[in-house]
Amino acid sequence: MLSIKNLKVNVDGKAILKGINLEVKAGEVHAIMGPNGSGKSTLANVLAGRDGYEVVGGEVWFQGKNLLELAPEERAREGVFLAFQYPVEIPGVSNVYLLKAAVNAVRKHRGLGELDAMDFLSLVKDKMKLVQMNEQFLYRAVNEGFSGGEKKRNEILQMALLEPALGILDETDSGLDIDALRIVSDGMNALRSAERAMVLVTHYQRLLDYVVPDHVHVLVHGQIVKSGDRGLALELESKGYGWIESAAAGA
Amino acid sequence: MGIAVNTNAVIETKDHYAAEFERVAAALTGHMSPWLRDLRRKAINHFQARGFPTQRDEEWKYTRTAAIEKRNFSCDPGDEFAVDMGRMEELLRVEAAAQRLVFINGRYFPALSRVDALGDGVAAHSLNETLHQRPEVLEGLLGSVVDMDRHPFAALNTAFADDGVYLSLARGTVVELPIHVVFIATAAHDGRASHPRVMVKADDNSRAVLVERHIALDDAVYFSNVVSEIALGKNTAVEYYRLQEESAKAFHISGVHVHQERDSRFEAHTVTLGCALLRNDVDVRLAAPGAHCSLNGLYLVNGRQHVDVHTRIDHLQAHGTSNEFYKGILDGHGRSVFNGKVIVHPDAQKTDARQSNKNLLLSADAEADTKPELEIYADDVKCSHGATVGQLDADAVFYLRSRGINEATARNLLTLAFAREIIEQVKVPALRSYLDLAVMQRLPQGAWGEDQP
Repeated sequence: MLSIKNLKVNVDGKAILKGINLEVKAGEVHAIMGPNGSGKSTLANVLAGRDGYEVVGGEVWFQGKNLLELAPEERAREGVFLAFQYPVEIPGVSNVYLLKAAVNAVRKHRGLGELDAMDFLSLVKDKMKLVQMNEQFLYRAVNEGFSGGEKKRNEILQMALLEPALGILDETDSGLDIDALRIVSDGMNALRSAERAMVLVTHYQRLLDYVVPDHVHVLVHGQIVKSGDRGLALELESKGYGWIESAAAGA
Repeated sequence: MGIAVNTNAVIETKDHYAAEFERVAAALTGHMSPWLRDLRRKAINHFQARGFPTQRDEEWKYTRTAAIEKRNFSCDPGDEFAVDMGRMEELLRVEAAAQRLVFINGRYFPALSRVDALGDGVAAHSLNETLHQRPEVLEGLLGSVVDMDRHPFAALNTAFADDGVYLSLARGTVVELPIHVVFIATAAHDGRASHPRVMVKADDNSRAVLVERHIALDDAVYFSNVVSEIALGKNTAVEYYRLQEESAKAFHISGVHVHQERDSRFEAHTVTLGCALLRNDVDVRLAAPGAHCSLNGLYLVNGRQHVDVHTRIDHLQAHGTSNEFYKGILDGHGRSVFNGKVIVHPDAQKTDARQSNKNLLLSADAEADTKPELEIYADDVKCSHGATVGQLDADAVFYLRSRGINEATARNLLTLAFAREIIEQVKVPALRSYLDLAVMQRLPQGAWGEDQP
């Protein structure tokens, strides 16, 4: 589904990703872990098409399409979803408007009819149960005044509505208390399916207790230095990143 | 050499309006009232002595009026013109069901007006009719709020004004229905100046909602020189909406002059959507303790338009509050000026004055100048001000795009959201939905999809 080949990315002329290779198949959940500044969020943002990242080498294929050639909105419509590390507050735009516009943009692209207000509302209410959000969130401005946990739940709600083929979750667990983490990860688990892949970008292994990954990759200094199964995450939890960083430096 | 030519031009223009005055003065309604004749004479002398402002004048530093000056607009009041009633009704959508006074090219137009449901205690008439029938009610009132020394164009207006609105609220009168006043310019107004005058007198404990719209049917080149005077008695509340949507080639200079007595509340919402050159002064005197004003505004500036907003709030007595919030959206080569002056006089202890001006630049060629000016002569006051000039939040644009919304729509949506913070405060439903639509239609990123917010 997603094939990243030797991806090299600069930010402000500085090499951040130095040749990433990653294959993600439908139904798989991959966790990308790494210390701060290793390039985890850069990878997530480049996949979603954010400005300010210069791809200087390599390629990314998503379901047979050259992902890097697509505008961010085209990627979204093709089925790539980024859950933001810091969801943006948008005063003056109601959450329900954003959700409906997004759902209909994606449906239109997929050749499905747009939903009218009634159908949309019953769909969104159904999906909101997944992340235990109540209806008042619909009528508030997007993320404005939301707590950290509410923002992350709102991201998962968007993912549930857009039904992407690939969900990239950028530190969706960071800053959450245990209850919020449980709600968010229950949401993620409910969205796991044989057709859908997920890439979880995280600093902590805690999330992986709830959302158990098929594969774990460790990103250090812009390169994947080690890949393994869930056991690798547990090893990182007990030993920290130090040993793997020095191993990477020594290699 | 260049200076000499310039000076000549100024003299000629001053002379133009003086000559226009000599030509039309005797035909102005109310000419038979000595007090009015004197007031007009004084006003034209005032204007002639002062002349058009130059950029050396601090209050006009960023706005050149030379384009108005050189056109020598005719001030002839009594022109005949054909009126297409169908097009007019279409233009009056906002006022479709409203109590309204309609003016075409500066003249009251009874066939489109109706003020039959306002109830007792309200006089809502054309100024012209009032000057004909009972000019005495205006004696000592007309010109009592505006300061002609500070506002040269108000002097010019005073010299020529013989139509507009006289609205009087008797003590304790509460008018539930908004009163709409609409000034329409048509093609026949090309090359002409109009000097509409709105005079509002709200006696103690009265309340009313007034909507003043300046709109155009065709793209004529004309000069609207408007003065609105609003005098609020004790414990009154006036909600005032002002929509400036002139022809793209027109010049509009206007002043809203407000006097407030004890515990009165004045709330103004000024939206500017169109004009070649527009200057709007809002000048409020909180003359007695406990008076409150809020001034909200939104201006959309595009092409080569120039919009200049000057507000001045004088806190003269204690416990006054003022709240000012203006926003601007600039595109193309548009230029805006916001100058917000707040003066807290020595007796105005416990004043609470807040001001904010935010400008959104959609194009690299647009320019917004913003200048808060606080002068504080009392020591126990709360004053705050903030001014910003910025672009759309790139993170927000990306966030929306990452949800499948195309870039143009994302930018439109964020621009509209910026404007809505002002529009949402409009409490007259027909006006609010009109503004929402009007702003949406002016968004620069092209047409919306079928799914409008």
